[in-house]
Amino acid sequence: MKLELRGITKVFGTFVANDSIELVVEPGEIHSLLGENGAGKSTLMNVLYGLYRPDGGEILLDGRPARFGGPGDAMRAGIGMVHQHFMLVPPFTVAENVVLGHEPTSGGLLDLASARRTVREISSRFGFDLDPDAVVEDLPVGAQQRVEIIKALSRRAEVLVLDEPTAVLTPHETDELMDIMRQLRDEGTSIVFITHKLREVKAVSDRITVIRRGKVVGTADPSTDQTELASLMVGRAVELSLAKEPAAPGEIALSVRGLSLEDAAGTAVLDGVDLDVAEGEVLGVAGVQGNGQTELTEALLGLQKDVRGSVRLGGQELVGRSTRQILDAGVGFVPEDRTHDALVADFSVAENLVLDQHHRAPYGSGPVLHPAAIRERATREVGEYDVRTGSIDDPVSTLSGGNQQKVVMARALGRDLSLFIASQPTRGVDVGSIEFLHRRIIAERDKGTPVVIVSTELDEVIQLADRIAVMYRGAILGVVPADEDRDVLGLMMAGYTVEAAREAVAAGARTTDSQLVDEGEIA
Amino acid sequence: MTTIERPTAPQGPAATAATARPERPRRWWLLPTVLSVLAVLAVLVFGVLAPGGAQTGYRIAAPGDVNPGGIIPGDVPVPTRVAAIVLALLALAVAVLLWVRAAAGRMPGGRARITLLVLFGVLWVLSFLTWAYKGAVVDLGGLLQTMMLLAVPLAFGALSGVLSERAGVINIAIEGQLLFGAFGAVLVGSVTGSAWAGLLAAPVMALVIGALLALFAIGYQVQQIIVGVVLNVFAIGLTSFFFGTVMKQNPGLFNRPLRLPTIRIPLLADIPIVGRVLFEQTVLVYLMWIIVAALTVALFRTRWGLRVRAVGEHPRAADTVGIDVGRTRWSNVLLGSAVAGLGGATLTIGTGVAFGEEMSAGKGYIALAAMILGRYHPVGALLAALLFAFADALQLNLSSLPSGTGAGIPSQFLLMLPYIVTLFAVAGVVGRVRVPAADGVPYVKQ
Repeated sequence: MKLELRGITKVFGTFVANDSIELVVEPGEIHSLLGENGAGKSTLMNVLYGLYRPDGGEILLDGRPARFGGPGDAMRAGIGMVHQHFMLVPPFTVAENVVLGHEPTSGGLLDLASARRTVREISSRFGFDLDPDAVVEDLPVGAQQRVEIIKALSRRAEVLVLDEPTAVLTPHETDELMDIMRQLRDEGTSIVFITHKLREVKAVSDRITVIRRGKVVGTADPSTDQTELASLMVGRAVELSLAKEPAAPGEIALSVRGLSLEDAAGTAVLDGVDLDVAEGEVLGVAGVQGNGQTELTEALLGLQKDVRGSVRLGGQELVGRSTRQILDAGVGFVPEDRTHDALVADFSVAENLVLDQHHRAPYGSGPVLHPAAIRERATREVGEYDVRTGSIDDPVSTLSGGNQQKVVMARALGRDLSLFIASQPTRGVDVGSIEFLHRRIIAERDKGTPVVIVSTELDEVIQLADRIAVMYRGAILGVVPADEDRDVLGLMMAGYTVEAAREAVAAGARTTDSQLVDEGEIA
Repeated sequence: MTTIERPTAPQGPAATAATARPERPRRWWLLPTVLSVLAVLAVLVFGVLAPGGAQTGYRIAAPGDVNPGGIIPGDVPVPTRVAAIVLALLALAVAVLLWVRAAAGRMPGGRARITLLVLFGVLWVLSFLTWAYKGAVVDLGGLLQTMMLLAVPLAFGALSGVLSERAGVINIAIEGQLLFGAFGAVLVGSVTGSAWAGLLAAPVMALVIGALLALFAIGYQVQQIIVGVVLNVFAIGLTSFFFGTVMKQNPGLFNRPLRLPTIRIPLLADIPIVGRVLFEQTVLVYLMWIIVAALTVALFRTRWGLRVRAVGEHPRAADTVGIDVGRTRWSNVLLGSAVAGLGGATLTIGTGVAFGEEMSAGKGYIALAAMILGRYHPVGALLAALLFAFADALQLNLSSLPSGTGAGIPSQFLLMLPYIVTLFAVAGVVGRVRVPAADGVPYVKQ
């Protein structure tokens, strides 16, 4: 089916999320929608899927105008969507999730047998290996995504929208997903692939449309140079690689031994983690989301209860201490979810900048705060980090994601640190700000601070780290040098040990990525 | 982006083996300990420390029961002390079994666990009964009859909660719905002179509360617990006002004690102990059985049920497949309140009493507890309602024992009994209850 979007405009209040966007997706093509976080990609797709009502423009399917009052209409018209946050009911089985909304019945009762048949049929067509009776919440993320795809296909979707589908996948799963996308395309399904990852766009698309600030700024084909795509996406020339001096590691400052933690159900979320970080080095922690990275950083900060094992920072034991004591020991922390864990949305920029220091000099003493010192600090940091805000008294919620992240980083780095821990330091931040924040992290390293960076973006870990630890199911699978083969890292993220991964790569296991590098397609 | 091109690449991640070792849950000892302590207390208090020599009677067959040739004995006397000790020791055996299994890291889960807990409960309660009715007769049939009478409003209320909360709307307003149902049944029944008209009026009247709850909770997204509590206060105020004015002035016209006829199923109703409980009841009791069965099938076997549960668990997912979240919630809250209205009717026309001020007396809240203890399942809710009602029936029965018999438990303690049972049950003797994920969370469409 041919999909055309003509002059789609969507306005939220005064903010124009989509500004007369034009997009044509031919039948049987993979069309990538490339843009930074907040560029308006998801808004556009939610308009297409009937979740938002457009303020202007029209949608044409095979040349005929279509109007969608809700997702039900869009689905009936042949549009399927795999949402970034899966739209699956966790305690339901695969079969129940797939048929929800168009359930087969026999004699008034649910016909689950026929639902199971549908699931088996589609999964065997694509080699999915999904048990129709498995409960969705027990499945790994990659399998859940396949349930979403089956859900769309079982409704005879001819246009399939994939919204940031690779964010939660291992490199291996990402590759499998791309195979599925190609297979679907060859069967005639049109695919809209939304992403901000340049590598993936180049690997799989037939055509690329780049969106910036709600507008289409250009179309490209996959042979376009990566740097060119990046500057199109950001709107100016960008440096994709980070220039940094080799690390000059000093003595071991942070030493973690046998750190273990269980969740409420008794499952090990941290399983005997051992780590050493030296002064003046960046240890990158790589891994697919949900393999214990969050718990690791929170355990280091004293935010988790019932932690076993030992964390020694400069000879001082941190396990069992309160978060305040740990902060006072000079630990700077950037949590992974800034809106939930880092900022108080209604507080001003200045107040947020001293959240962890408000009780002591020079910002406060006893029961009182010293507004002058707080404002002085805010003015300085806002200047230094180039935080784009109307005033330091504006609520931090009025800032863009990138600027909010700068506030969080400025707060954590704004004093002498004995350890700096940052989780997803650049999530949802525009490419320009990423450059800046990365340079700040390296500057902190060069001051001699031990740095721990946790990121699910392998690129980011490789760029920043001097050594890389890969986490898998709560354990550290191995620590490798930063220049380790990308393929080895990818396999480790899927659970291979260092040796097994190296063997496999030596035996010829390759990623799409490195094949493209060999062919001179990407840098 | 890894393509394993050689199928010979190592399979099975090496590190996963370490995390897969079986381990005992952190609080594995809690449940066996609690049960053991209870059982030992029973051995001591009901048996060892109790004075010997007395007897406790158990009434099995009552006069008029089907009892060919008198093969079923009437009253069976047992020596109080010995029987109490034996029963308590059996309960202790169940606790020990749990200890053994739990210590080995193989705590029985699901059905096996519940079966063991129920077995423990029955043995413990029998031990208690033997002690409490020292020198008197335990009329099992009568006790169950009282239990059923008390359980029906609770069960209807709990089913109302199941309907509403499975769709994601917290229903604290059960109390108000019961009260309105009771009020409506009497009012309409008295004016028309027919209890049957009252039976029809009760759910309609309770719908008013349901509609208000839906309007504020779903329409205006007000905090659902607050709306519920406010509606309960509203229901008390409004019914008390009409009770104090109109009904008091002319009770003959507006507040007559009507009663729905008892429907007796011949022969079956004469089965010893359970006959009358199951087969000699008003239409409301039979209706309750039907609703429990129908709702169980509907929730778990039909398209409607799948959609309702999806709306209660993940409304956005339901929305993206074209299910109207608002409409589903509205209809379930309304349906639920109508069911609770039937529960209200049992308080008046089901038992043949006139309407009284605040006559629901907290039953709506107990029904809510029954719903939670019943794990949001119709059958579970019914069983929990029966449990609470049994405690209440026991309390009533014990406090009416002739003086000189029984264990002489102070009546104040007896009055506490139903609530102690509720507290223990809900505090997690049966493990963690899975609440519908979106329960109480208003759904906001962008």
